[in-house]
Amino acid sequence: MAKAFSNDRPIYLQLVEEIEQAILTGQYGPNQKLPSVREFAAIYQVNPNTMQKALQELEKKKLIYTERTNGKFVSENCSLIEDVRQKQAHQIVAQCIKDLNALGLSAKDAIELLKKENENGEIDR
Amino acid sequence: MVKSIVEIKNVSKSYGKKQVLKNVSFSIPSGKIIGLIGKNGMGKTTLIKLISGLLRPDQGQIRIEQENPGPVSKALVSYLPERTYLDRSMRVDEVLRYFRDFYKDFDFSKANRLICDLGLDLNMKIGSMSKGMQEKFQLILVMSRKAKLYILDEPLGGVDPATRDYILDTILSNFDEGSSILISTHMIADIERILDEVVILEEGEVKLIEEADELRTGNNCSIDEYFRRTYAW
Repeated sequence: MAKAFSNDRPIYLQLVEEIEQAILTGQYGPNQKLPSVREFAAIYQVNPNTMQKALQELEKKKLIYTERTNGKFVSENCSLIEDVRQKQAHQIVAQCIKDLNALGLSAKDAIELLKKENENGEIDR
Repeated sequence: MVKSIVEIKNVSKSYGKKQVLKNVSFSIPSGKIIGLIGKNGMGKTTLIKLISGLLRPDQGQIRIEQENPGPVSKALVSYLPERTYLDRSMRVDEVLRYFRDFYKDFDFSKANRLICDLGLDLNMKIGSMSKGMQEKFQLILVMSRKAKLYILDEPLGGVDPATRDYILDTILSNFDEGSSILISTHMIADIERILDEVVILEEGEVKLIEEADELRTGNNCSIDEYFRRTYAW
């Protein structure tokens, strides 16, 4: 069974995030040919129409492009991929600080905690 | 405009005095998976039997690829009924040959391949299969036809989660581009991820026709939750 999607958000948006992630982590590198809509749909166990919609969305974001008759490819524009990475990183950090604020920690405490966690992590490694 | 495979216009149907469908209209576009959802006894199976040509409407019109339900439309529609209709004394290989003889569009080698993947013995008798195995076998038969429309009536009725995944996978990977699927279910959570559109039947009337993702965005919840909230007892 492929990834479990949550049913309370549009499936195509979750697919966009999944494939974005795969591009960011280099699973699909710049200029690499992507699976066809049908293959992709089989991988994620979704309706091909939903997959089509997700790929259109990624194309709008210019993360992928279509070569007529040849299929879809990951963009060669590395800075664009980097932008998406930065944007996601920003979201993760913002959410983290927000959650810690909700716990009653100040932003300063939060940063201290992150530093500490990182150092501990390095010892573990 | 997207071509539709099925057109249903103002269809009503009664059993004796009891009216089960009231002025039902909707169409099934080509290439889509449509969920026909509703509680038990709301008219889902009746509607499916009308499209399959097993029942006739009292009023209104049903067209399948411009044809009235009948021999021509039956050749275009692959129907999985709620209950098994296979002869319990027949073996798997006999049923396969029977389907090959009966339906021009039956892909014999594909059916054999799917049965092999499932690990089902060709000599096995239908009667000695478990309920889940029978359901999987019937689904293979239905999905091995190159039909214009697949009608699946409660394909997940009482199956375990692993079987459910197998069934969803088999549905998704075997329907042809340009053909459509109508799935009826009251187990929405299990099936909603593969739907393009939903049609909600309540007391024999169409209450809602909407794109699945739009329904989720518009109500900020899953289709299952929306349905429970809106049509609670």
